[in-house]
Amino acid sequence: MKANIPFIQQMQNYRIQAQPDPFRPVEEYFQCQVSNMGSVMLPMLNGWYVHEGESLTRYPNGVIAGSLKAAIEQCPDLVGPVQNPMNEGVVDEMVASNTSQFTDGIFLYIPDEVLVEKPFQIVSLINSREDLLVQNRNIIRVGRNAQVSLIQCDDSTRYGKTLINVVTEIQLAEGAQLHYYKTENKEAESLLFHHLYVNQQAHTLFHSHAITFNAGFVGNDIHINLNEPFAEANLYGLYLVDKNQRCDNRITVAHHAADCKSRQLYKGIMDDEAEASFLGHVVVKPDAQRTVALQTNRNILLTDKAKINTKPFLEIYADDVQCSHGATVGQLDDEALFYLRSRGIGERSARKLLMFAFANEVVQFVEIQGLRDRLGDMVQRRLNGELTICDQCLLHNAEHRDMIFPIDPEKIK
Amino acid sequence: MLKIEDLHVSIKGREILKGVNLTVNAGEVHAIMGPNGTGKSTLASVIAGKEGYEVTGGSILYNGRNLLDLSIEDRAREGVFIGFQYPVEISGVSIANFMRTALNEIRQYRGLDPLNGAQFLRLMNEKQKVVELTDKLSNRSVNEGFSGGEKKRNEIFQMAMLEPKLAILDETDSGLDIDALRIVANGVNQLKTKENATIVITHYQRLLDYIVPDVVHVLFDGRIVKSGPKELALELEKRGYDWIKEEYEHGKLS
Repeated sequence: MKANIPFIQQMQNYRIQAQPDPFRPVEEYFQCQVSNMGSVMLPMLNGWYVHEGESLTRYPNGVIAGSLKAAIEQCPDLVGPVQNPMNEGVVDEMVASNTSQFTDGIFLYIPDEVLVEKPFQIVSLINSREDLLVQNRNIIRVGRNAQVSLIQCDDSTRYGKTLINVVTEIQLAEGAQLHYYKTENKEAESLLFHHLYVNQQAHTLFHSHAITFNAGFVGNDIHINLNEPFAEANLYGLYLVDKNQRCDNRITVAHHAADCKSRQLYKGIMDDEAEASFLGHVVVKPDAQRTVALQTNRNILLTDKAKINTKPFLEIYADDVQCSHGATVGQLDDEALFYLRSRGIGERSARKLLMFAFANEVVQFVEIQGLRDRLGDMVQRRLNGELTICDQCLLHNAEHRDMIFPIDPEKIK
Repeated sequence: MLKIEDLHVSIKGREILKGVNLTVNAGEVHAIMGPNGTGKSTLASVIAGKEGYEVTGGSILYNGRNLLDLSIEDRAREGVFIGFQYPVEISGVSIANFMRTALNEIRQYRGLDPLNGAQFLRLMNEKQKVVELTDKLSNRSVNEGFSGGEKKRNEIFQMAMLEPKLAILDETDSGLDIDALRIVANGVNQLKTKENATIVITHYQRLLDYIVPDVVHVLFDGRIVKSGPKELALELEKRGYDWIKEEYEHGKLS
């Protein structure tokens, strides 16, 4: 990874896999056993949807899930045009590259009035001996008053380096609700860019978690358009980085209509020479009266060399709004530390408890209990310097036991 | 159990305790009363090991050991418990996780096996009854969003869980309505044994209607200026602290 060379230019150093691998049942190399979740798996391998003949599944209730490539051929009207998703003709070269060159991705369509009980889970795996460039496009359409949860796991590679450049577009029709959870657990040599575009109509709810356990270099861009009244977006994020890892979160929430709500809560812990950034931009357009927009970014730096750039940024053109923003960079609360120790808890354990509490606040907003417990457990072990890769993945159990990035709680002052 | 001799404590160079003497034996309940700003909470904080308090003279012996040599956590592991006047809210740490960590670290210190999940839950259910905490306490964050009364009940709940030898309750009655006061006091009384001792620090006599002390001390101007039986508390309630002040000033002059 050479940060001083634009990533778009670095793409030429990677190979694109032009077609899917020969089919093997996903269970052979991947199993996610997160308990109490019972998700419907949508696996991606080396940039291609994994399936045995059925590239697009049509469920009795009208739900369609599977390969975007197949969906473009089979039901182009439902997919709609795949074009630059950015507002007002703005162009981002990474997004443009994806738009012109994506190989495959996930298409998920939930018809009007359908409540989907089981969450869908996109698992993006890389299993290649070559340095791969993966450009995926995901399109999610949730119909009127429909509800669904989507989990998206970006897990690490087995061999080689990867550059992953994914664009996910989400459309929520009036009254729709989507709970969207994204976990990232990437090794040091990987580059991951995820660009999320969400368009919300009236009375919609979008709830998002972006949890980065490990990041080679992760960039998460989120663009939310609250297009009609009474739309609500709750965005949560957590980044735990050490060594030379880097994680950037850039969020834009545009309040185009009145009576919408948005909330951002992003927290991070940086150790060693890790670097992270939070750029939260809220735009309240002139018509967006009675907007409520809350934004919080809190950080703990463990060393002198760890770095956080935080920029909460409100741009308000309406007069009747309730907006708040705040960013903190600090250390653990001495009063809380004393309180825990006064009950017999040693200083080291007390620091760990508080670090966990700091991070786990974000996890507490996860609404799927099995996932919440699992993520809490992973945060705990990440902070303990224990296993960092989701050990329920057979992929990682096989050969990746050695990948740990302990955060040393003793360093917290 | 506890022997404090000529204890002098300063905060930022200002002397708050000016020679406190206090002896507490197992099985006893002591009350420390006195007007605001006379050093009552300072005494509790020094015993807890809070930073920012400089001991400039005297000693605190606890079961024959120098308490001031022990770390904050080791004091607790040796059986000292402070019920704080303003318990800290700790977002994200559940009470169950907090208590289980504390209990098991204390047990490890004492060479005991840790409690497993089932044993711990059973103990927690049993101890919740002491302070009539019935809701789903275990999953709530420590003190977060608790009312004043709930915070104090949570302190007594922790005391019940940790079974200290010496409990010091700092203004546990402040901010309590009469029902909460009764519950908290009942909790303390239930936990009383012949082997442990309790020091109740309070501003008002009210709490002592429920927790009956063996000895009442008056802390004034950084010293214990008067000690007596429980009736002393009633007298203070009736007459206020001015007569103590006068007696003390007079004694100081002569």
